[in-house]
Amino acid sequence: MPATEGVHAKTRLWAAISVISNVAGNSALTHGMHEPGAIGNTPFALIAALFHPWVALGVTLLIVWTFAHMALLSWADLSYVMPVTAIGYVVTAFAGKFFLGEIVSPARWAGIVLITAGVTLVGRTAPASPLEGDSR
Amino acid sequence: MKWVLVVMCILATTVGDVFRSLGMRHHGEIRDFRPGAIGAMLAAIARNWMVIVSTCAMAVSFFSFMKLVSIAPMTFAVPMSAATFIPETLLARFFLRENVDWRRWTGIGLIVIGVVFIAQ
Repeated sequence: MPATEGVHAKTRLWAAISVISNVAGNSALTHGMHEPGAIGNTPFALIAALFHPWVALGVTLLIVWTFAHMALLSWADLSYVMPVTAIGYVVTAFAGKFFLGEIVSPARWAGIVLITAGVTLVGRTAPASPLEGDSR
Repeated sequence: MKWVLVVMCILATTVGDVFRSLGMRHHGEIRDFRPGAIGAMLAAIARNWMVIVSTCAMAVSFFSFMKLVSIAPMTFAVPMSAATFIPETLLARFFLRENVDWRRWTGIGLIVIGVVFIAQ
């Protein structure tokens, strides 16, 4: 497998791990935060919310996301990783449709098409810029 | 309150992502994903000041966003989270010196407009 294809494959794998852990983590966190009494207004209440089961699951998944994001940024550009992982917005919309039965309005479909086109366009660029003196 | 949280979230996420990119670039490419190697990598990056700045900024971003979604609808919070794409791309180009070609600019523009639509 040529080196550039290897980088693309590795980047796609870690981008997928990053997107899935981020979407699942944020969903669990949002679900937990909207449960009555999960969060108060003081800093202590915010920390106490971390021990709520859904919030704890969300935080664990967001730790996985942090590691995957760091790994990606160790070889790929920020201006590549940031837009490519934006496919998470589309995954969230489809998860809402299939798991929660949410209706995807025409505006949402337009958003899905625009984001997918943007991610595809950025995904066609080389993940890392060839910089002088760069160790990557 | 809502707008204070939005500004905090955008600033903290931008600082967090830019310093994370700098710190990880300084660390070098992660190639070994065995548990022992990951432990050694985490120990190394825990001493990297750029990663420490990034982690603190991400914590501020995380708590601001947590609070934002608890007081504002997702249709407001989600597009606001995508507002970080603009300052981050500018910093990636002019501060991190990345090669942001027309495909990246166009792609990021499409994504930002798309996020506004998808949140409706």
